[in-house]
Parts: sequence; structure tokens; C-alpha cells
Amino acid sequence: MHKTNSDINQFNRYQLGNLEKHLLNDFQHGLPLVSRPFQAIAEKLGVSEDVIIKTLNQLQEQGFVSRVGAVFRANSVGASTLAAMSVPESQLEEVAMMINGYSEVNHNYQREHHFNLWFVLTASNDQELNSVLDDIELRSGLPVMYLPMIEDYHIDLGFDLKWT
Amino acid sequence: MDMKVKLRLPALPDQAILDERDQALVSVIQTGLPLSATPYADLGKQLGIAENEVITRLQSLTDQNVIKRFGVVVRHHELGYRANAMAVWNIPDERVRELGPCMGQFEFVTLCYQRPRRLPDWPYNLFTMIHGQDRNDVLMNIQTLIERCSLEKIEHEVLFSTRRFKQRGAIYRKFASSKTVAE
Repeated sequence: MHKTNSDINQFNRYQLGNLEKHLLNDFQHGLPLVSRPFQAIAEKLGVSEDVIIKTLNQLQEQGFVSRVGAVFRANSVGASTLAAMSVPESQLEEVAMMINGYSEVNHNYQREHHFNLWFVLTASNDQELNSVLDDIELRSGLPVMYLPMIEDYHIDLGFDLKWT
Repeated sequence: MDMKVKLRLPALPDQAILDERDQALVSVIQTGLPLSATPYADLGKQLGIAENEVITRLQSLTDQNVIKRFGVVVRHHELGYRANAMAVWNIPDERVRELGPCMGQFEFVTLCYQRPRRLPDWPYNLFTMIHGQDRNDVLMNIQTLIERCSLEKIEHEVLFSTRRFKQRGAIYRKFASSKTVAE
């Protein structure tokens, strides 16, 4: 769980240098599929392989990088769905924490809407997903609206970070 | 609201055929590559296959679009993109194929999915995730979308997130032996 204040503190604590900015922005896709991928990046950025690996580790520890690797197309490996609930304000925290407890849940957000709790579930197959959805309904006593993907229209080249 | 159905999810469309080695590979990379000089060789050691085969298989998964993107996965919020909204649109079914790709091409759109409507509670069938440095930035991006894709007459809502309870990479397959926690 993350509180906004601590995130802001964290962001302000670290001054990102040019190397960090390049690593964060320029290698979101097309990581080289060669024996020494970080050596290949190092050559592009004019530093040593060691420095690249050390910096990526640091960025990961600091929470700026979630991981270095693959983003899978939804439902291409395993099954996933977006789900939403309309939870009375007084129960929201409790229900959100209950949902967080499932390893199948990877995103869970409060949003400004009558449907105020939105989460994404991922599992290896439909049966596992369905049983978690059933379990959440049973434990919360509230219906879950599930919205599986039908089609993906997004071309994922990463996100252009505009440094200010 | 009656949303109970027996089988909740439809059979998945065009699911890629992954053999056992692909599945094992997916399972070991879902939390990220090892940050070592030779990550593919290290994965190969874990799986008992050669470095070359790891590389070939990753290339093939990328070619099949099972892997949409391979690289540094950043956390927007931590990098100063504090606002995100899910903009949802009620698009006539026959126009989804035309408008989906238009909306999915913008760099500030990080997801663009067609999903089922759930009438009468939920009329929206296209979901876009919009990031921005603040609320106003997000709203300006949505305005750009409306203008560039001519969405003036399309019913939509903007659902800003007010609290993040959880965010991490998806775990598709649990490891047999160890407990998996990804952040």
C-alpha cells in the first residue's frame, strides 16, 4: 500500500540524473535479446555494464522501476479480468484490504464513481478467477461486476516521461 | 443489480499455444529478469535450457504478441505522474473497430480495451487509462482524445483514482515451490 505523502517525499528525496532518466525513458521496449543486454545498453549510453546493472537495481529499490522484463498481452498467458464494486464508504477500507489479500489481485484502486472500487485479477485459468470472484462476493456480501477484456486496441511502446 | 451468472468468463479468444517450456519461461520472468550481466543464461540455468533457447523463445513470444513489450517497466506514480483516470466510453458496437485504434495510439493512453457493457448499471464498452502529472493534465489529454478521434457525441465518464490500495505486476502462474511476491 502506498500513501501519497510518502510517495511525494520519496520522489523529492532522489534527484534523478541523466543516466537514470535515459534508463527510465529509452528502454521501455526493445530490450536487446542478446547474451549481454545491459552491455548493449551501456554502449549506447557510454557507461560500463556494471554501472547500468547497479543503476537499474537502485531504481528498482527506490520504487521507480517495477521490473525489467515482459509486459504480457492480457489473456495471452493465463486469464484476467477487470472487476468493480459499489462499496458503502464505511466498509470501503475493510473490503479493499480483504481484496488486497488475494495473490490473484494485482491492481486495486478507489475511483470517483458509484462503482468506487476497481481491481484487476489474474490467474492461470478461468476457473481460478471465477472462484476468487465468488469468494469476494461471499465474504463482502456485495455483487462484483466483472469486465473481461474483449479486444486490446493499445499499441504498447511504453510511456514517454516528460522530464520537467 | 443482478450480475450473478454461473460461468463468469467467456472462453478466451485466440489464446496463444504455449508449450511447457514457454510456460516455465513465462513463469520465471513474470517478476522480471535477473539484473545480472547474463540474464538469459541465468534464466536458462534455472530452467535447464540453453541461453540460446531462452533468447529464441523470448523472441518468438514477442513475435506472437504474447509479450507486448519487453524492457524497463516504470511506476508512473513514483515518477511524478500522480494523476490517473479511467475514461470510459459508450461507443456504438459497429464503430469500436474504428475508434479503438484511434484512441489506443496516444502515448498518454496506457491501456485501451473493449469490455462488455453491463446494462442497466454500466453502459460503457471502451476503457482507456489516462495518466498525467495532475488532474488538469489528465483532463487536457482526454480533451485531445475527443478532438483527435471526433468523440464529441460519444457518452463518456472520467473516473479519477483517489486511492491506490495495491499495484504490482500480474502473477499469471504461481511458482510450484516458493511464494511469489512481486512489487
